[in-house]
Amino acid sequence: MPLIDVRGVTHAYGDGQARRLVLRDVSVTLSEQRIGVIGANGSGKSTFVRLLNGLVLPAEGTVSVHGLDTRKHGREVRKRVGFCFTDPDAQIVMPTVAEDVAFGLRRRGLGKAEVAARVRATLDSYGLADHADHPAHLLSGGQKQLLALSSVLVTEPDVLVLDEPTTLLDLRNAAVVQRVVRDLPHQVVLVTHHLDLLDGFDRVLVFDEARLVYDGQPDAAVAFYRELMAREVLG
Amino acid sequence: MSSLGLYIPGGSPLHRMRAGTKLVLMLLAGAGSVLLDHPWQAAAAVAVALLGYAVARLSWRVALRQVRPLLWIVGFVAVFHTVVNGWERAVVFVGMIVSLVLLAGLVTLTTRTTDMVDAVVHGLRPLRRVGVHPERVGLLMALGIRSVPVVVGLAEEVRDAQRARGLTASPRAFAVPLIVRSLRHADALGDALVARGVDD
Repeated sequence: MPLIDVRGVTHAYGDGQARRLVLRDVSVTLSEQRIGVIGANGSGKSTFVRLLNGLVLPAEGTVSVHGLDTRKHGREVRKRVGFCFTDPDAQIVMPTVAEDVAFGLRRRGLGKAEVAARVRATLDSYGLADHADHPAHLLSGGQKQLLALSSVLVTEPDVLVLDEPTTLLDLRNAAVVQRVVRDLPHQVVLVTHHLDLLDGFDRVLVFDEARLVYDGQPDAAVAFYRELMAREVLG
Repeated sequence: MSSLGLYIPGGSPLHRMRAGTKLVLMLLAGAGSVLLDHPWQAAAAVAVALLGYAVARLSWRVALRQVRPLLWIVGFVAVFHTVVNGWERAVVFVGMIVSLVLLAGLVTLTTRTTDMVDAVVHGLRPLRRVGVHPERVGLLMALGIRSVPVVVGLAEEVRDAQRARGLTASPRAFAVPLIVRSLRHADALGDALVARGVDD
């Protein structure tokens, strides 16, 4: 498995009085295959995963994937770390299904025949082959999220980061995405509010108020998180 | 909405024609349209465009859908020219607009976006010397086509939210959230493009 190393990371958005600290002195090394990230809204978990492929560069500290620093080797890191966002509509950049899956491959300069073959194989794998020439905006929510996943996976990253991929989906579509993610051979870092998605995960990180407050087995981490939230709500 | 300017798969001669050829023919038609001078010429231009739909095996409903959004403009042009210049000029101008819109629709309906983008990128390559980035222009074009249904969807959501809160038709209450949500979408799209390696 790839080794993700986050060392002494502190990050804030804005300046002066508007400065908002979103991560405070986070250090962690991730080598497991299935890693969950949970926490309340605004706890810093989305910023944390955005560090992993260089979408966010830390104000202090370093992040590296397989020894590649995201600050110095952003391009290489992004080739190895695929990223899937919450809202697939904001991630699908081409008008039709097949064109969107082909998008990342075409930018890597692959030949037309190879692009077509890989697109076909990927659409077959994720049940989208019948929709290849359909406009992406006419797909259902679950199909759009599968398309977003396919478009990332077709480029064969080593690591897949998913930032709340089921938040906008109904139970059926969330289960489809869960099954796809469960069967992936990749290293997966999953941010979620749906705690049952973490069944079978190797490790779960809990964030609260910009800090990594728990790091351990899923059952213990989820119990810790539930207790933390109950304490914060009930006072 | 579903077939407004979006590719419909097919195997007709127009589907098989190179995207660059279709774009050049479209440009020539646009330039040549200023030569239309008589009502029969305008009618012939519309007939040729409709013949194109028949050749592409697209139904008349699809053709109608391309011009339906223009009905208000066409109506205004028709009335204005009838009053100011007479009915012959009105027919010429309306025929010019309708035939060009039908032809533009025909090009996008029979051409994959990627093929169109490739043709534009290829055509703009000589301009690289003066600082134009053809790939970026092509990407901009693809994103423009992709964003139309997204913004329409956002507008529908804003309108539904307005109705749910009992607000009457207020341009400000409609425009402000639509602009804010469109900008947020653009921001998220920017992140997605970076994540997919566009800026590397």
